[in-house]
Amino acid sequence: MTHPTPKKLGAPKAVAPKPALRRFHQASWDEPVVFELSSAGQRGVLPPEPEAAIVQAAGDVFDNLPASLKRKTAPALPEMSQVHVLRHYMRLSQENLGVDLNIDVGQGTCTMKYSPKVNDQLARSHKLSELHPLQPLSTVQGILEVMYRLEEMLKEISGMDHVTLQPGAGSAAIYANIAMIRAFHESRGEGRKRSEIITSSFSHPSNAAAAKVAGYKIITLPPDADGYPDFEALKAAVSERTAALLITNPEDTGIFNSRIVEFVDLVHAAGGLCAYDQANANGLLGITRARDAGFDVCHFNLHKTFSTPHGCGGPASGACCVKKEMAPFLPIPTIEFDGTSYHLDFNRPQSVGKIRPWYGVTGNMLKAYAWIMSLGADGLREVAEIAVLNNNYLLNKVLEIRGVSAPYAKGKRRIEQVRYSWEGLTNDTGVHSEEIGFRAADFGTHYWTSHHPFVVPEPMTLEPTESYSREDLDEYITILKHIANEAYTNPEIVQTAPHNSTVHKIDQESFDDPDAWAVTWRAYKRKLKK
Amino acid sequence: MNRIGLIVNPLAGIGGRVGLKGSDGVETQRRALELGAIPESLHRATLSLIPLLGLRGTLEVVTFPREMGETSAREAGFTPKVIGEIHSGLTTAKDTCRAVNKMSALRVDLILFAGGDGTARDVCSAIPAQFPCLGIPAGVKIHSAVYATNPKHAGELAGMYLKGRARLREAEVLDLDEDAYRAGRMSTRLYGTLHVPYRPLLLQNQKAPSPASEARQAEAIAADVVEQMQAGVAYILGPGTTTRAIARALTVEKTLVGVDVVRDGQLIAKDVTQAQLLNLTQTKPARIIVTPIGGQGFLFGRGNQQIGPEVIRQVGRGNIIVVSTSDKLRALRLQPLIVDTGDAEVDALLAGYFSVVTGYKERMVYKVVY
Repeated sequence: MTHPTPKKLGAPKAVAPKPALRRFHQASWDEPVVFELSSAGQRGVLPPEPEAAIVQAAGDVFDNLPASLKRKTAPALPEMSQVHVLRHYMRLSQENLGVDLNIDVGQGTCTMKYSPKVNDQLARSHKLSELHPLQPLSTVQGILEVMYRLEEMLKEISGMDHVTLQPGAGSAAIYANIAMIRAFHESRGEGRKRSEIITSSFSHPSNAAAAKVAGYKIITLPPDADGYPDFEALKAAVSERTAALLITNPEDTGIFNSRIVEFVDLVHAAGGLCAYDQANANGLLGITRARDAGFDVCHFNLHKTFSTPHGCGGPASGACCVKKEMAPFLPIPTIEFDGTSYHLDFNRPQSVGKIRPWYGVTGNMLKAYAWIMSLGADGLREVAEIAVLNNNYLLNKVLEIRGVSAPYAKGKRRIEQVRYSWEGLTNDTGVHSEEIGFRAADFGTHYWTSHHPFVVPEPMTLEPTESYSREDLDEYITILKHIANEAYTNPEIVQTAPHNSTVHKIDQESFDDPDAWAVTWRAYKRKLKK
Repeated sequence: MNRIGLIVNPLAGIGGRVGLKGSDGVETQRRALELGAIPESLHRATLSLIPLLGLRGTLEVVTFPREMGETSAREAGFTPKVIGEIHSGLTTAKDTCRAVNKMSALRVDLILFAGGDGTARDVCSAIPAQFPCLGIPAGVKIHSAVYATNPKHAGELAGMYLKGRARLREAEVLDLDEDAYRAGRMSTRLYGTLHVPYRPLLLQNQKAPSPASEARQAEAIAADVVEQMQAGVAYILGPGTTTRAIARALTVEKTLVGVDVVRDGQLIAKDVTQAQLLNLTQTKPARIIVTPIGGQGFLFGRGNQQIGPEVIRQVGRGNIIVVSTSDKLRALRLQPLIVDTGDAEVDALLAGYFSVVTGYKERMVYKVVY
């Protein structure tokens, strides 16, 4: 018996070459809202009937509930089996452009770095996730130690004397700093007199917003011709009414204000305090510190610079770092170490009180701690250096593209991000920045124009962080270049983009129309009836 | 069935390509035609109608004969309903006004007009209050915020409005004094407002995140200013929608383009001249409330010449309250405000920094130059 001769397969075919331009297509599942998937009687989990002895012993557990806590009608939740729930959310997860899928440099100001998954695993560990904030302190010494040590590291990074990790977001940290600034002035009998907060146009809008919420009058400094906050305007603004200067540096233009010490000195001379918004600290780690520029308080966004990560939806976490003169006003409790154990100090009579329930976003603290520990001091500096290098590589390449410019500080390098302008391209072609951002989605990435103030026309803010390789940046630039060419040769294709997304365009007009909103199913049904 | 009115100013933009910096006045138009100018507004109107072709079954275009709209509508593929009469080749601003009157009387859903600032002024003078309209940019000068960014966008915006997907906002009609412009001086005036559909991407000079926000900003500014007002002080209110908001907060009816005076919450003088202001401020305490006019950022000397240098000197720099929505300052790209009062000494006095009221308890320390 002979075996048949195996068929000759021939030489192996070459695999398709790596495409110059990735053509992305989003999944489209036509997936309804979860409430529409409800089917009466379906259940995800069917708990077994309790045994008779248990029923006898426990009685009706609802008996002891006060009437006010008892529902009169059952909640209108969707009734679904487990697999239907799983399928529903898996489908939805495919209908977007997730942070782990795209080269996320287009979300400038957000510091969309890669956050190592191992840190997520640590934070999800039952050792942390099952802790309760009311547990006896002796049983939570581990996480208190992590928080204490994280505070120590942030002291070193900022040069400040004390830290609180309590704020649940960057804006909450700014608010906490403002609350401490007010308490400081009140302690000196100047609370009423110092009624004004000074900030700059390109500082984060949260500075003005949080100060306004706290009741201050807001004075904004516009940029001068070079894009720096106008120092002469500061001179005109500062007075005995100044409570503080709240300023970002570098601002969202990516331009570092090297005269910052003069700004601080001028405000100090008038008796005001200075708060450094360090949301843009990714290019400064290990290079310059708030303390060295003379600031009294500063804040970091752990979810940006310290990789916890910035999920664009949370959870966020803010850290306030202050000089010792400000320490009496720190939110309570503070975390103290007596040489053997950690405890919480609530007995601080001058404290501004609580900024947030409990002690802060503990999961994020653990992730930030792990991230810093994995890098060490030298590693942090390297993060900053690579972030700046990446940004200036991108800057040089982007400026080669027709129709784009980087307003202000011509010929100078930027720190960690750049606010570009497509004004030239818009004038030439009628294509807007926003439309270019939509078109980018057809190639598997995106960008978001910018938050206000919309001073730079047709803006695009890119922040490549330290996480993206040169190949990643080149791919991103190829996409931008391709779209710019399309704008000049076939603007229609850009203006009708995205072509490969599940939802092509959202009617943004309805975003500020309360009648068009429906954030709950109940609201949707009610408004639909109208 | 929706109906839009289409009005084309056939002479709009005719001066531009031949370097005449505008097309106002019969003499300029004659000269432009001599220089070989070709009217472009008809073609631009056609371009604006193309995005609306998809609605043809449910949309009627009502227009004036031949070059005033009929030609463009037919060129685009519509069979328009033609009303009115014109003398071809001899149309004037009066024809634009007649067309606006007729179309608004017919209650069309929206009037589309192709032209420039001069055309917008004509529309503004004839249109009933708050009647929806939208400009197709075809003129040499476009400072008014009533024009779409390009003809195609005008059509798209009109379509969205008809489908209920764009709301109306009040937008300023501005125009240059063309004689001054040709002589090398920029001089913008505010002539009134029109109600135009609004979508953030598709309207020129858009800087606001929502149509409501600029009006809300003006209300917030008014709340701040009114709170600071003192008894017995006359407040001179310059022209503009922001200063009008202050009058409204006092429940006083202000002239939009004139200068009015209030004291103790009452209107004490309306549409005043410089002589009246001088008289008013001679012996009694007064303060001036002004807002920059138009796209050039003039604070004094354009559109509010009634508040002349003598008045400013008499009232004093410290008694000037500058108000502006932050959207307006952003539209200036935060470049300095300009004064040109005609008196070098007063201009020097005004130069420097003003704390501009941009909202309730909000200021921007803003540079003023001359």
